[in-house]
Amino acid sequence: MQIYLPIAEISLNILLLLGIGGAVGFLSGMFGVGGGFLLTPILIFIGVPPAIAVATQANQVVGSSVSGVLAHWSKDNVDFKMGFVLVAGGFIGSTVGVVVFGILQRLNQIDLVIQFAYVVLLTAIGGLMLFESLRALLRMRRRAGTPRKLHQHTWVHGLPLKMRFRRSRLYISALLPLALGFVIGILSAIMGVGGAFLMVPAMIYLLGMPTRIVVGTSLFQTIFVTANVTFLQAVQNQTVDVILAFVLLVGGVIGAQAGGRFGARLPAEQLRVLLAVLVLLLGIRLSIELIATPVERYSITPIEVVL
Amino acid sequence: MTTARRLLIAVTCVLAWASAGCVVRAQEPLVADLTEYRIAITTGFVGTDVYVFGAKSGPGDVVVIIRGPTVPYAVRRKDRIAGIWLNARRIDFRGVPSFYAIASTRPLDELMSSASQLREEIGLDNLNLMPEEDADPAELAEFRAAVLRIKRFAGLFGRDAAKISVQSEPLFKTKVHFPANVPTGSYDVRVLLIRDGEIASAQTVPLQVSKSGVDALVYEVAYRQSAAYGLMAILGALLAGWIAHLVFRKL
Repeated sequence: MQIYLPIAEISLNILLLLGIGGAVGFLSGMFGVGGGFLLTPILIFIGVPPAIAVATQANQVVGSSVSGVLAHWSKDNVDFKMGFVLVAGGFIGSTVGVVVFGILQRLNQIDLVIQFAYVVLLTAIGGLMLFESLRALLRMRRRAGTPRKLHQHTWVHGLPLKMRFRRSRLYISALLPLALGFVIGILSAIMGVGGAFLMVPAMIYLLGMPTRIVVGTSLFQTIFVTANVTFLQAVQNQTVDVILAFVLLVGGVIGAQAGGRFGARLPAEQLRVLLAVLVLLLGIRLSIELIATPVERYSITPIEVVL
Repeated sequence: MTTARRLLIAVTCVLAWASAGCVVRAQEPLVADLTEYRIAITTGFVGTDVYVFGAKSGPGDVVVIIRGPTVPYAVRRKDRIAGIWLNARRIDFRGVPSFYAIASTRPLDELMSSASQLREEIGLDNLNLMPEEDADPAELAEFRAAVLRIKRFAGLFGRDAAKISVQSEPLFKTKVHFPANVPTGSYDVRVLLIRDGEIASAQTVPLQVSKSGVDALVYEVAYRQSAAYGLMAILGALLAGWIAHLVFRKL
């Protein structure tokens, strides 16, 4: 059964889209990754123009983050104060990101930049995951290093604008989460991802937040930042396809729930290796597209006539 | 099914007209019509066929040309720069029909001289694609060829002239396929009667291709009310996420 996507202006199989959304959702429910970094390249492969894939993906992430954050909120695992500071940085970052996106689009280079960003991201994440999971699989247990001091003072703690985050039990400069939010915002705008893969480790190792509240708080900021990206992309570039976003969202939330529930019964470590290999392959496939001589060197696009 | 039935009815009407009398026939050497005047792109749209049919009086051959709206196109060429293929050269073209298909009762070259084919823009090679800049002729030729190649590959330019079937004189009909990716806008279906290498008679029937239903609404709002569209996209996603939370909490 085909479904016509009015903004992407292509006709795709709805079961294929639901299946892709569901499969990526399953993986994200199982491993706690956002899944945006998987979904966008897959959409590009099945023929969705990269610019539309990215903006639509941001819209889809809004929905999947809401159902995630509500689950964490009910367990009181969200630091709202920290979340709002991250959002403030994220708003600035994503606004800058969308403007840059528009400029790149006019320079005809947006597709290239999106692809290039994904090549870097996918090979880095895939490589790290593969390394980590293989190590776990081979039970090469690393000797526990010297325990981290509770209060390690570095240059980070010398920054001004200190703020108390009660929920995270932190007293740090607000500039730190602001800058973190800013970087994630730019990534979100250009790649359509929530950015949890970068946000979660940064919150744990850079900010020093307790692991328990990291995921909920990260999801909380993701809602606002991807919502901002969705709005700005819709206004500036008209690249949000709500029909596509909705179909992916339906597949995604069902898949995520299934992944969260039944994922525990599956051999997680083996599957993690599989996921890592999949991510790496996607990255390699995208990089081949950039390097290999294209079948068609030319492309044509109708020039919008301004009414 | 409906198309076939409509075609039957329409052909019957033309037949009735054709046999109605010599007086009318003498005034109108050619009459043609379509089975559809409007192609609606709906959510389930996978492409459609439209029949062009009609009747001619006297000798001559029929040529049918379907042209989509003419829009300017940016044509880009990728070059390898530092090992990576990226868009490096861009030439804009005017006069590119967004859709072009042609059908004739006999091969075009048997019907008219190449000069008159060029003048009337009959056939893909005779399309008057106008570059917006003066570039090297060899380069322009390559860009021009790329436009034709890409459009043909997308199924938007007919590869060759299709055959118009003439089952019983003076009736003729031909099928035109519009793929799922058909561009929207006002199309012109030109039906020509060629006699001794010249256009003896011509008729143009307009055809509208437009988005319809939910898709038309989504597209309209996205481009005309972008801010409202963005807000609705966010609200829809929030709502869907919330509903998902409620549904799965109970399970």
